[in-house]
Amino acid sequence: MTSNPALAVNTRPWTDPDAKPFISIRNITKRFGDFTAVNDVSLDIYRSELFCLLGGSGCGKSTLLRMLSGFETPTSGKILIDGQDMAGVPADRRPTNMMFQSYALFPHMSVEKNVAYGLLREGKSKAEAAERAAEMLKLVKLESFARRKPHQLSGGQRQRVALARALAKQPKVLLLDEPLGALDKKLREETQFELINIQETLGVTFIVVTHDQDEAMTLATRIGVMTEGVITQVGEPREIYETPKSRFVADFIGSVNLFEGRVGPSAPDLMRVETEDLGPVSVPPVPGLTQGQTVWLAMRPERVWLTREPKEGAVNTVPGIVRDMGYVGHMSSYLVRLANGRQVRVTQANESRRDNPISWDESVHLSFEPADFRVLTQ
Amino acid sequence: MRRGWFLPLFATLGFGFLYAPIVSLIVFSFNESRLVTVWGGFSTRWYGELISDGQLLEAAWVSLKIATISASLAVVIGTLAAFVLTRFGKFHGKLMLTGMVTAPLVMPEVIIGLSLLLLFVAMEGMLGWPAGRGMTTVIIAHSTFCAAYVAVIAQSRLRDMDESLEEAARDLGAGPVRVFFDITLPVIAPALVSGWLLAFTLSLDDLVIASFVSGPGASTLPMVIFSKVRLGVSPDVNALATIIIGIVALAVTVAGVLLMRQSKRAR
Repeated sequence: MTSNPALAVNTRPWTDPDAKPFISIRNITKRFGDFTAVNDVSLDIYRSELFCLLGGSGCGKSTLLRMLSGFETPTSGKILIDGQDMAGVPADRRPTNMMFQSYALFPHMSVEKNVAYGLLREGKSKAEAAERAAEMLKLVKLESFARRKPHQLSGGQRQRVALARALAKQPKVLLLDEPLGALDKKLREETQFELINIQETLGVTFIVVTHDQDEAMTLATRIGVMTEGVITQVGEPREIYETPKSRFVADFIGSVNLFEGRVGPSAPDLMRVETEDLGPVSVPPVPGLTQGQTVWLAMRPERVWLTREPKEGAVNTVPGIVRDMGYVGHMSSYLVRLANGRQVRVTQANESRRDNPISWDESVHLSFEPADFRVLTQ
Repeated sequence: MRRGWFLPLFATLGFGFLYAPIVSLIVFSFNESRLVTVWGGFSTRWYGELISDGQLLEAAWVSLKIATISASLAVVIGTLAAFVLTRFGKFHGKLMLTGMVTAPLVMPEVIIGLSLLLLFVAMEGMLGWPAGRGMTTVIIAHSTFCAAYVAVIAQSRLRDMDESLEEAARDLGAGPVRVFFDITLPVIAPALVSGWLLAFTLSLDDLVIASFVSGPGASTLPMVIFSKVRLGVSPDVNALATIIIGIVALAVTVAGVLLMRQSKRAR
């Protein structure tokens, strides 16, 4: 933060308990008949954030977005944008703009007319609107395509027109529904960073809906993980990955090994957990747990030590046999079977050219650093 | 090639089946002889007679007017009905409206004609409007049953249309009416053009309903031709038919070319 003097404000306002949220979603519920799409969701989003709503299909993330844009009316609850209650405000009067998954470019209008459409509705003169549209097209590097019709553009170009159109009115909030969903992988990666750049240049608050966890991790200042209409955890990408609060989040973001166990006796600096798969395991103590309680230990595959001989000084070690391995180049992934038949996922970075890498059917030892276990109660 | 003779033969038979009557009609419109079935040499005499046949020309003019007005009305009514049925979600009486919109498609024309006639007579008795039967009543009748066809075409186009286009316009600050005229209408326009053409043709073609609801001074072309033919086919009817076929062929070709260009652009 100190390295960038332009950013005088706190770039992580959610860490400040006194910060005023820009968008406040309070106890929002949406029911379609008997089906509850969004269930009592409360969420605060701050100015200039790039917030990602992440979840599988049907988790309610798009419905939440549509309630922000005004296309759906909440069954109960309140949405405040910049202090203004959005109840009863129709979509065309909200300070939000949306970028649709299908882009929804008007097929009978040229690119510049598409971008200028919102500006004209705002009451801007034709000259003003055209000027601003040209500016927006420059921002997304499509100046020379202004007179084309949408069907004469490639998928990536259409995506950028949709972005320019949604940003042209300088909305307080830009809502993006799977903004990169229709692009191929390579283009998606390039566009991700372009999107971040534009967001940082303009300082508009972005709310992105996506089912792609890599996309969410790359784009977001914070991620809200949604499942079955509920936000199960909100946090910075690192927080979500390193300290998931539930088995669902741990499993949904990246890959994870989960071991069920019971809390054993606890010492001041280490707590024992009796697991069926790994035997007794030492983990850092977690306050608030009672002895005998069922817990789950989450372990990321890249944090497991995989060695031929037992690792010296390791606290938690179990033997196993390599059942399967896959070489991906920068890393190798292994499937190691423990004595009781449980398979453990392990990945190893291929940092150097090893002459004799661990391979199929070898007897190996898995070691776990206590601090790398995440103890979960739900 | 084993199929060498098979396809051309059946193609010829098929085209012959479809077009032989039309070709014979066109050929005999240039017949010198008064007898429709006997060839008496080439002549454009009947075209000349046609121009001086006030009754026939008058009927053609009436028919064209009726077809143009009722096709336009049908497009407006049918589009509104289709829009309500596809965009307004669930509302009371939706099933009823769906039934009413599609009823004219399946109801026998005789019944439509008769029921409309009874309605007009009753209305005249109670409201004094429409005063007597004439062009107005034919236009009302034709718009009603043509609107059903337009509604069906417009509905299928509206269902296919990406609704997020309308939402995007809403999102960019356009009110619902503005969205309809700025976005919905241009996008479904090709369907409405074909709907209008279909309605125009149906109206021009209709004999049964028009016979019920028309009155003195408002005989449509099919009515006049039909009554003439009952007294024996006169060759000037052939001439008129040839002209109409020419106009229809031209219109269909133009519409086809336009639609093809449009679908090429959409791709």
